[in-house]
Amino acid sequence: MQRYLIRRVLITFPIMLGITVLSYAIMSLTPGDPVQMQISPTMTQADIEIKRAAFGLDRPAYVRYFAWLNELVHGNLGYSFSSGAPVTKRLAERVIPTLTLTVTALICSYIIAVPVGMISATRRYTWMDYVATLFAFLGISLPTFFLGLAGIYIFALRFRVLPVGGTMTLGGEGGILDLLHHLILPAGVLAVAGAGALTRYVRSSVLEVLGQDYVRTARAKGVSEPVVHRRHALRNALIPVVTLAGLQIPALLAGAVITEQVFEWPGMGRLTIEAINQRDYPVLMGITIITAVLVTVGNLLADVTYSLVDPRIRYE
Amino acid sequence: MSKALPAQSLSQRDTHAWTESFWSLAMRRFMRHRLAVAGMVVFAAIAAMAVFAGVIAPGSPTAIDVAAFQAPPTSDHLLGTDSVGRDVLSRVIYASRVSLTVGVLAVAMYVIIGTMVGSIAGYAGGTVDLVLSRVMDVMLSFPPLIIILFAVSVFGKPSLWNVIIVLGLLGWPPVARLVRGQILALRQQEFVQAARAMGGSDARVVARHLLPNAMAPVLVAATFGTANAILVEAALSFLGMGVQPPTPSWGNILTDAQSLTVLERMPWLWVPPGFMILVSVLVINFVGDGLRDALDPSLKL
Repeated sequence: MQRYLIRRVLITFPIMLGITVLSYAIMSLTPGDPVQMQISPTMTQADIEIKRAAFGLDRPAYVRYFAWLNELVHGNLGYSFSSGAPVTKRLAERVIPTLTLTVTALICSYIIAVPVGMISATRRYTWMDYVATLFAFLGISLPTFFLGLAGIYIFALRFRVLPVGGTMTLGGEGGILDLLHHLILPAGVLAVAGAGALTRYVRSSVLEVLGQDYVRTARAKGVSEPVVHRRHALRNALIPVVTLAGLQIPALLAGAVITEQVFEWPGMGRLTIEAINQRDYPVLMGITIITAVLVTVGNLLADVTYSLVDPRIRYE
Repeated sequence: MSKALPAQSLSQRDTHAWTESFWSLAMRRFMRHRLAVAGMVVFAAIAAMAVFAGVIAPGSPTAIDVAAFQAPPTSDHLLGTDSVGRDVLSRVIYASRVSLTVGVLAVAMYVIIGTMVGSIAGYAGGTVDLVLSRVMDVMLSFPPLIIILFAVSVFGKPSLWNVIIVLGLLGWPPVARLVRGQILALRQQEFVQAARAMGGSDARVVARHLLPNAMAPVLVAATFGTANAILVEAALSFLGMGVQPPTPSWGNILTDAQSLTVLERMPWLWVPPGFMILVSVLVINFVGDGLRDALDPSLKL
C-alpha cells in the first residue's frame, strides 16, 4: 500500500515535466510575436530589435525553455507581455473567482446527481429512470454557451430576477449575498453540464452494488427496501463516485472557459481568451501549467482516496 | 480462456462463425435500444440535410438581403435574418455541413492515429510501451478545451481545417489507451499464439487477429467522440477561434448573441443553431449508448 502510494506520487513528476515541454513546444510554434502587435509607425528597426531582446525573443526556443523552467522552479512564471505584470500576479487575481465558480458547480452537480442517479438505479426501467436518463443525456449534450445564453435570456432579460453577468452589482455594496446572486446562473450552468455524466456514474455504481451478495443477505434478513438502498447500497456506491470528483477537474476547467466568457466572470477562463487574443505567451503558459497541475493532482487524489476509502482495493 | 479448450474450436471456420454471430447479436441488441434507433433516424435526417443543403435551403447562406436586416421571421425569411441581412434558415441548414465534417474527419483522424499508437504500445511492450504511455499521460493531463484553444491559436488563422487538424492531432490518446488495453488483454490468448506459431508476421498478427477483436470499444468511443467534436467545434467557433464568418457554423451564428441586445431582441437568430447543436449531439450520444450496450454490456459510461 505504502509502496503504491509512493510510486503513484513519484510518477507525477515526469508527467509535470512533460506538461511543461509539450506546452512550450506548442507555444514556440506560434507565428507572430507580441512585439509585432506593439509596433508603431515611429519605431525604427533598431527599436524593434531592442524590444525583441528585452522580451528574450532573440534567443532560440530551447534556451528560453530552460531559462523559463529554471525560473519556474524558483516560483517565477515570467512577466505578462501585455501588461508587464508578473504572471503569478495576473493568475493569482483570477484563481479565486475560478475556484469559487468551479467548486460551487462541483458541489451543486453532486447535489443534483446523487439523488437523481440513485432514483434512476433503484427504479430501473420505470418512467422515472427514463426521465433521469434523458436529463443525464441533455446535460452531456447541451453546449455550455447555449445553456448559458438561454439562462441569461430567461432569468436576466425576461424575468429580470438574476444579473446578466459579472461578480457584483455595479456601484453596489458587493458583499457575499451579492456575489451569490451573481453566482447562481454561471454555477448552475456548469453544474447541470457536470451533473449529466455524474448521474450516469451514480446509476451504474448503485446498480453494481445492488447486485452484490451483501445486498442479497440484507434483503434475506428482512431489511426493508428503503433501508437496503440507504444503508447498504448508497453508502457503498458513493465510494467510487466521490473519488470521481478529482476526475471532474478537466471538464470543469474547460467548461469554465466558456461559462466565464458568457457571464463575464473574471476568472482564468476569461484570462485564457484574453491571453490568446493578445498572444501573451507567458500568461498562456502559466494557465497551462496551473490547469495541468490541477488535473494531475486531481487524478492523484482520486487514486489515493479511492485506495484509502475502499480497503478491498489491493495493489501489489 | 481455459487451457483445456479443444484445439478444433480455434479453427479458422469457428472463429469466423463466432465473429459473424457476434455482430448479428450486437445488431439485434442495438435494434432493441429504442432511443438509439430513433437517434440513428434523426442523425440520418441531419446528414441528409447537410448533403442536400443546396436543395433544401431557401437561399444562399451568405446572400445579403438589403431590404431586411435583423428582420423577425416572415414568409420571405422563415427564421428571420441576422445583423447583416442574411437568411438564418439557410445559414442554419448549411452550417450542418461544418459540424458533420468536423465530427467525421477529426474523429477519423484521431482514431487512425490512436489505433496505430495503441497497437504499437500494446504489442511491442517494454520501453516502447512505457514511453508511449507516458506521452499519453502527459497529453491527458491538459484540460481538453484549454489545450485545443492554445493549439488553434498557434496554428495561424482560425478555420475549419485548422479545427479538424488540431482535434485530430490532440484527440488520439484516449483511443490509444483503449486499443493498448485491448491488445494487452488479447495478446496472450491462444489464437494469437497460434497465429504466431504458424509464422504470421507481427504486422499480420496485429492487423488480422488483434485489431478486429479490439475494434468494438473503439467504435463506441468514436461515436461519443463525434458528438464531442461537434460540441468543441461549436464552442471554438462561438469564441471566434473556429470557422470564420461569412461561412456559417452553428457556433459562430451564436457568437452574435453575446450582445445582450441581440440576445433579447433576436431569439430567432440564436435559438435555432443552439437547438441544432443540442439535437445532433444528443442523437449521436444515444447511438453511442446503444452501440455500447450492444457491443459490450460490461462497459460503463
